[in-house]
Amino acid sequence: MAWRLLGNVTMNSVSLSSDAQFGLDNLTVSYQRRPAIHHLSGRFTLGSSNAIYGPNGAGKSTVLKALLGLVRPDHGKVICDGIRTADIAYLPQASDIDRSLPITVADLVLTGLWQRIGMFRAAGKAGRQRVSAALTTVGLSGFEHRPIYQLSGGQFQRVLFARILVQDAKVILLDEPFNSIDAKTTEELLALINQWVLEQRTVIAVLHDEQQVRNHFQHTLLLAREMIAWGPTHKVLTPTHLQRARMNVAVWDEAPPVCHRDDAVVTAS
Amino acid sequence: MRRALVGCIALAFGCGPIGLFLVMRRMSLMGDAMSHAVLPGAAVGYLLAGLSLPAMSIGGFIAGVSVVLIAGLASRFTELKEDASLAAFYLLSLAAGVLLVTRFGSQVDLIHILFGSVLAVDNAALYLVSTIATLSMLTLAVIYRPLLLESLDPAFLRASGNRGGWYYQIFMLLVVLNLVAGFQALGTLMSVGLMMIPAVSARLWAQSIGYMLLFAIGIALFSGYGGLLLSFHFDLPSGPAIILLAGSIYAVSLLIAPAGGVLGRYLRLRHLER
Repeated sequence: MAWRLLGNVTMNSVSLSSDAQFGLDNLTVSYQRRPAIHHLSGRFTLGSSNAIYGPNGAGKSTVLKALLGLVRPDHGKVICDGIRTADIAYLPQASDIDRSLPITVADLVLTGLWQRIGMFRAAGKAGRQRVSAALTTVGLSGFEHRPIYQLSGGQFQRVLFARILVQDAKVILLDEPFNSIDAKTTEELLALINQWVLEQRTVIAVLHDEQQVRNHFQHTLLLAREMIAWGPTHKVLTPTHLQRARMNVAVWDEAPPVCHRDDAVVTAS
Repeated sequence: MRRALVGCIALAFGCGPIGLFLVMRRMSLMGDAMSHAVLPGAAVGYLLAGLSLPAMSIGGFIAGVSVVLIAGLASRFTELKEDASLAAFYLLSLAAGVLLVTRFGSQVDLIHILFGSVLAVDNAALYLVSTIATLSMLTLAVIYRPLLLESLDPAFLRASGNRGGWYYQIFMLLVVLNLVAGFQALGTLMSVGLMMIPAVSARLWAQSIGYMLLFAIGIALFSGYGGLLLSFHFDLPSGPAIILLAGSIYAVSLLIAPAGGVLGRYLRLRHLER
């Protein structure tokens, strides 16, 4: 029994098999018929850093939710070959988490072991050690027994990154990880993301700071409900593309017509 | 009297933890809503079988569970949030219950169903209450982790491939079961008091969930036991006696409890070095 518990919290190999694929195929997700993302197709570059960038209301977070299966597509599908749910770590927006609950930092980080220990198994000594190690990595050693409601915004974000470290996942999805975080914390967490990429993990992050994207992310999906451009960051973030992205979201039509784009595809083929 | 005491002890163990989870999920008023929803079922049971505990309990359980399920379905398939649809359905249920009792029963029956009589608890009721208490403690122990994670960080739980909603529905079932357990002794209106007041007070005494659970159960036990003694010696109705005792513990907690009481705010201790 003891060896099994230990065995369950050892490290995974972190790179995916070479034929794994992660992306979207003609995906549309809408809220009350208004498309948040519209006929979006493409693949993320595995073992690399991918940014999803675009103006407010561009559907960036919706792409992550679709990848995780948290929203139901109207049309098209998510391509997820050779990647299991357990391979994916997800950092929700900090506002989605109820920080008033009376639980400790260590408990929150331990939830990162959920895939391995589930409802009943003990985290064990190895699990506890991993939590401590992860907290040290994010600069919060000794915070184990602090209740989460005592943390500042930056500290809390560091705790969530510690949970991702504990999850030890091959694919890491981050939803606006640096929202209202000070510059120093942002810098340190970005270094952590760079480290993950060096370890051949796949990082997909929703961001809205252009400079961060340019400096730290190799690939970018520029989104404004529809895909504006997708590829190597320096080719995507051109003035023309960015201008088009801004225009695309600025338009609000009171009574837009029904989209028939796929009818045309069907009759043409 | 001895039966009543044992009944109250069992209730404390069942209701205390359930109430605490309701408080932590910010659903303190949900218990109240559910206690109203149970009424028509109990009324139908009463009309069909007289003052029979099994009939009223089963009726109450069915009514409560249907309201939970329908409200859950309504919020899943419409744009309404869970609390909004629950508010609508429990009021419907309550209205139906009052209509049934007033049309086909008497005022006395209504009073009995609403307020219960703990000293009339018989052996059958005792078995029912202790079975429900045992069941709810065991179930809560089993779903403890996912239930807590679901209120802490629902997106994370769902992203990990879990249907978070199921644990919530199981939990709501436990809420209904415990209200049903309580209504013979305390009545549908009062049983929710033994669930919520100790839990709310516990939050003022402790900082971790483990200690909060201990405090919630402890306060529920004390008010059940003490309330019964008071009602016995001073010839008071037992349900209100129990709840008022719990309420006075709450009032005291508000003043002196270490984890958020008023006293801590005015008797400021010197701040620490770090």
